[in-house]
Amino acid sequence: MTLGIDVQGLTVRFGDVTAVDDLSVRLAGGKIYGLLGRNGSGKTTLMSAIAAFLQADRGRVLVDGEQPYENPAVTEQICLVRDSGDLADQDSARAALKRAAKFRPNWDAEFAERLIELFRVPTRRGVARMSRGQRSALGVTVGLASRAPVTMLDESYFGMDAPSRYAFYDVLLEDYIEHPRTIVISTHLIEEVTRLFEEVVIIDQGRLVAHDETEALRMRGAAVTGAVSAVEAFTDGMTVLAERRLGGTKSVTVFGAMGAEQRARASEFDVELEPVALQDLFVHLTKEAPR
Amino acid sequence: MFDERSPIYFQIADAIKNDILSGELEAEDQVMSTNQYAAHFRINPATAAKGFQQLVDEGIIYKRRGVGMFVSPDARAKLLEQRRQRFFAEVVEPMVAEAHVIGIPLEQIVDRINALNGKEDA
Repeated sequence: MTLGIDVQGLTVRFGDVTAVDDLSVRLAGGKIYGLLGRNGSGKTTLMSAIAAFLQADRGRVLVDGEQPYENPAVTEQICLVRDSGDLADQDSARAALKRAAKFRPNWDAEFAERLIELFRVPTRRGVARMSRGQRSALGVTVGLASRAPVTMLDESYFGMDAPSRYAFYDVLLEDYIEHPRTIVISTHLIEEVTRLFEEVVIIDQGRLVAHDETEALRMRGAAVTGAVSAVEAFTDGMTVLAERRLGGTKSVTVFGAMGAEQRARASEFDVELEPVALQDLFVHLTKEAPR
Repeated sequence: MFDERSPIYFQIADAIKNDILSGELEAEDQVMSTNQYAAHFRINPATAAKGFQQLVDEGIIYKRRGVGMFVSPDARAKLLEQRRQRFFAEVVEPMVAEAHVIGIPLEQIVDRINALNGKEDA
C-alpha cells in the first residue's frame, strides 16, 4: 500500500514562534524520502503534523486524501518515530514491542525479533537505563516492524553507532523492496544516506527550499572554477550560493540546471564545471541566518 | 564504487558496460536484478532501475518477462562502436587542440604515433 502525503499551506506556531510557515509539498507516496533541514528548521513539527500529533494553525495535511487529525482510520496507517523514540522511561523493550503489536495493524513480530537481535537491544532493561544508541535502535525497530503505509523516522537512528546504522540501511532497503511503502527519513547524516532516498525535501526556517529527485537535485548544483573574469562572466545572472577566491582564481557554487548547453558554454568561457555533493548544496541552500 | 561526479544511474550503467567490455558479462548472461543491485550497493531501487532502463533503451540489455534481464547478443559490439566514436571526440580532438595551444606541429605527433606503432609491431 502506498499512501501519498499532501501538505497544503501548512502553518504551525508555538507561541510567537512559527515552526512551519505556509509550507506546501506533495509526496506521491511509495518512495523513500529524505527530509533535510537544519536544527529548528521545522522537520519534527512537519512530521508531527502529518502524524496528527499536533494541529495546524493554518492550511492542512492530507494523507491518502484524508485529514489525519482526530481520524483514527488514517492515523493507524501512520507511524512516526521521533528521535526520543517516544518510549516511556520505565518500559522495557519487551513492553514497548508488546504495545506496538497491539496498536499497529501490520505489526510483524518476527521481523521485530530479528531487528532486536540485529541491533543488540537489551530486552529486559528499562528504557531509562539504555544507552542512547540502544534507545534509537528500539525506536527504529518499532518503526520498521510496524510496516505502516506511512513510516516516518525523525533522526531516529541518530544515536546508533556506525555498524548499527549500516545494518539499519541494509534492512531498511531490504524491507522496503519486499513491502513498498511511503518512508520519510529526516537526518543530519546526509552523505551516508543520500543514495537511499528517491526524493529529497529540503526545508529551512519552516519553509520549503527544494523538492526533487535526489539525483536531479544533486545535478542542479555546480561549482564553477576558473579565472576571476571568466567565472564572473559565466555566472552572470545565475543563482550564486557561495563564492571563494584565491589569487586570480575564483570558484563559485551555483544552483540551476547544468545541461549540455551550459557545459558547452563552460568550455567556451574556459571555466570548469564540477558537481557539488548534496551535503554542500544543503549547507549553501540553508545557511541564511535565522530571522 | 560510486562518486559525486555524475548521476548514480549513469554510473550504474557504466559499471555494467565495463563488465560487458571486459568480458566479465557475456552475451545472454543474466544481469543482477535491480533489487539485488540496490540492496548490494545500498542504493534506492528506483535509482538503480533508472540505470538498468538506460541500458535497455540503448539495447545493451533486454528484458525477458518474468525471468530477468540479459546481455544483448550484440552488446559488446555496440559498446565497442560507442567507445570508438568517443575516442576521437574525447581523446584525439582535445589532444590536437592542446598541441595547437602549446605549439607542437601535428607532424611531430604523427611521427611519435608511427614510432610507437613500430615498437608494437616489432
